[in-house]
Amino acid sequence: MPHATARERRTRRRGLRRRFTARDLAVIGVLLGFAILLDLFVIWGPTVASITLSFSSWDGLSDLNWVGGDNYDTLAGGDYPPFWPAVRNNLLWIAFLGLVATPFGLLLAVVIDRGVRFSRFYQSTIYLPVVLSLAVVGFIAQLVFSRDQGALNAILGNQDNPTDWLGDRDLNIWMVLLAAGWRHTGYVMILYLAGLKAVAPELKEAAAIDGANERQTFLRVVFPTMRPVNVVVLVITIIESLRAFDIVYAINKGRNGLELLSVLVTDNIIGEASRIGFGSAIAVVLLTVSLGFIVTYLVQEMRGEERR
Amino acid sequence: MSRRSLLRGAALGAGAVTLPALLAACGSGPGGDGNTVTMGSNASDEVPRKALQDVLDAFEKKSGKTVEVNTVDHNTFQENINRYLQGRPDDVFTWFAGYRMQFFAERGLLAEISDLWKGFDGFSDALKDQSTGADGKQYFVPMYYYPWAVFYRKSVFEQGGYEIPETFDQYTALARQMQKEGLVPFAFGDKDGWPAMGTFDYLNMRANGYDFHKSLMAGEESWTDPRVREVFDLWRGLMPYHDEGANGRTWQEAAQSLALKKTGMGVFGLPLPGQQFSEADREDLDFFPFPEITPEHGRDAVEAPIDGYLMSSKAKNEEAARELLKYLATPAAEETYLKSDPNNVAVHSGADTSSYGPLQKKAAELVSGAKQISQFLDRDTRPDFASTVMIKAFQDFIDDPDDIDGLLSGIEAQKKTIFTEGQE
Repeated sequence: MPHATARERRTRRRGLRRRFTARDLAVIGVLLGFAILLDLFVIWGPTVASITLSFSSWDGLSDLNWVGGDNYDTLAGGDYPPFWPAVRNNLLWIAFLGLVATPFGLLLAVVIDRGVRFSRFYQSTIYLPVVLSLAVVGFIAQLVFSRDQGALNAILGNQDNPTDWLGDRDLNIWMVLLAAGWRHTGYVMILYLAGLKAVAPELKEAAAIDGANERQTFLRVVFPTMRPVNVVVLVITIIESLRAFDIVYAINKGRNGLELLSVLVTDNIIGEASRIGFGSAIAVVLLTVSLGFIVTYLVQEMRGEERR
Repeated sequence: MSRRSLLRGAALGAGAVTLPALLAACGSGPGGDGNTVTMGSNASDEVPRKALQDVLDAFEKKSGKTVEVNTVDHNTFQENINRYLQGRPDDVFTWFAGYRMQFFAERGLLAEISDLWKGFDGFSDALKDQSTGADGKQYFVPMYYYPWAVFYRKSVFEQGGYEIPETFDQYTALARQMQKEGLVPFAFGDKDGWPAMGTFDYLNMRANGYDFHKSLMAGEESWTDPRVREVFDLWRGLMPYHDEGANGRTWQEAAQSLALKKTGMGVFGLPLPGQQFSEADREDLDFFPFPEITPEHGRDAVEAPIDGYLMSSKAKNEEAARELLKYLATPAAEETYLKSDPNNVAVHSGADTSSYGPLQKKAAELVSGAKQISQFLDRDTRPDFASTVMIKAFQDFIDDPDDIDGLLSGIEAQKKTIFTEGQE
């Protein structure tokens, strides 16, 4: 019976695929149709709408004017001073989280996985910030870094000429990245801890027997084995960088050196300003940047699938 | 795609769909029965909320009508005002005088109340001016204002033997003296972007007069004009006397430095510094009007934002709404309001001032003696210009006061884009 059923089931399934009953079609139609509608409505509709609006000038009240590429000219030509700093900060964010916070999280995961003393304690301490929302992290950052009343300046004790950690526009982005990285590191660490636990110990033993040293074992065997986790971490890092918003908004509404594209979109569209066309143009720039990363990632993924 | 959906989710979900729906739902209550007026209120803080409720209770008792209040968080109300007015707004709602009101009047979203104004008394011409749209008709019923001035601690001035400066030269000399004696002359915080506007407005109105302020704000004058340049030059001269690191400091922290006697004086709006002073120290708080720069303009203008009420052009119960507005323009209404919210000053000359504290009395004198009343930079100009251009410009200036020409040509270029955007 068990042997026969497998084949039977397969043939039956093929048969089914050819002839859907009306009920099947209805079920598929409803289930798939609903998802497609939702997708069109929530994702593609707004995307197309904001691309369209980006060629207009509209305050939400008066009539809509088509202005062609004027909004983009304003952005690129430097007539909107916060734009380029925002682009720079977004890229800086990706670089910092990707090249500093993420590797650091990996390092912590490896160290904890090897079983240092009090590893559970470290694990929970480092993971703790992840449960805080970025807005709360921003709030904490203010308590620590405020020039006149912050904890850091109190500890450093330079009351006469205190460093303005969050007000100095050459400095504040780094303080914010530090705070964002503090949270990101914990997140990455916990993902890699799970990944490391899933690596079969036999692989490491085999590598050891073949004479690989620790470093080689990690780089050539363990790290590649964790590919699924690496992909997740990479995606999370990029998403976190591009959607960064709450932390700078909590600190100073994303001004004075803390400009981000997401903040500029919000400033222009939401609120009384209502420069909807112009804000949409900034949103489209953000979309393009995101698409760049997504497309690169998808292409890589598909190539990887083919090779396998 | 996640970034995208998040963004759109925020903009469309929270902003465009939910809130107007919520606000509209509020506005769609009973209204056709002729006895109920709906009122949209931004008085979300405890004190003003109760004050407004007291006024409306008194109105209900007097008229036999019911007022349904829909209170929305202050900032949310402000940010959603466009969508609110286009949706189903309440009959009467709280708003600001001046350009911010005219903007909506021009777009036909407000109901004209010129005939009601004919029956109003006790409002100065400056007040009437601020309640009038660009078309010369009245739309606004003023309730109270809170003047801006230079605040200081009496004990600090006594101890240092400082005199109240009347002219700009005396002002600068006083700052120099304070600095020499180890006191930071000006408390200053501009982290939120708007507090610096108060100083700019005063410098501009003292040097160039109210009319120039008004036309500059309306986008009719060029920001590269030598008169604007002079304002920034004057300000740059004062910069070394301002507390350093203003871009990282909130106005609350700045007011606290004044309370702690770390700084000597600061430009604030009336209710602001008081909130940061302890009960005992409040007696010690005083202010003087911003000093004169040229005799031609003297100290004519006072910056005193006015809050009040408007009627929507879509009001469902016009009769009752007009009755409510009429009541809100009486001294009785203002007295009731200020009894619960003593941080402001009544606009009506007939309002009883005997319950005022000394600071309130002085503030009332200051505004009643004003030849012109300005509203504050972000209320006197387009909101998009104030929030997306000027906030950054002032923070840039604070960061580097030396590149005035570059700053001004940047402002002018952005002004041209924004002020042409709204025109068809």
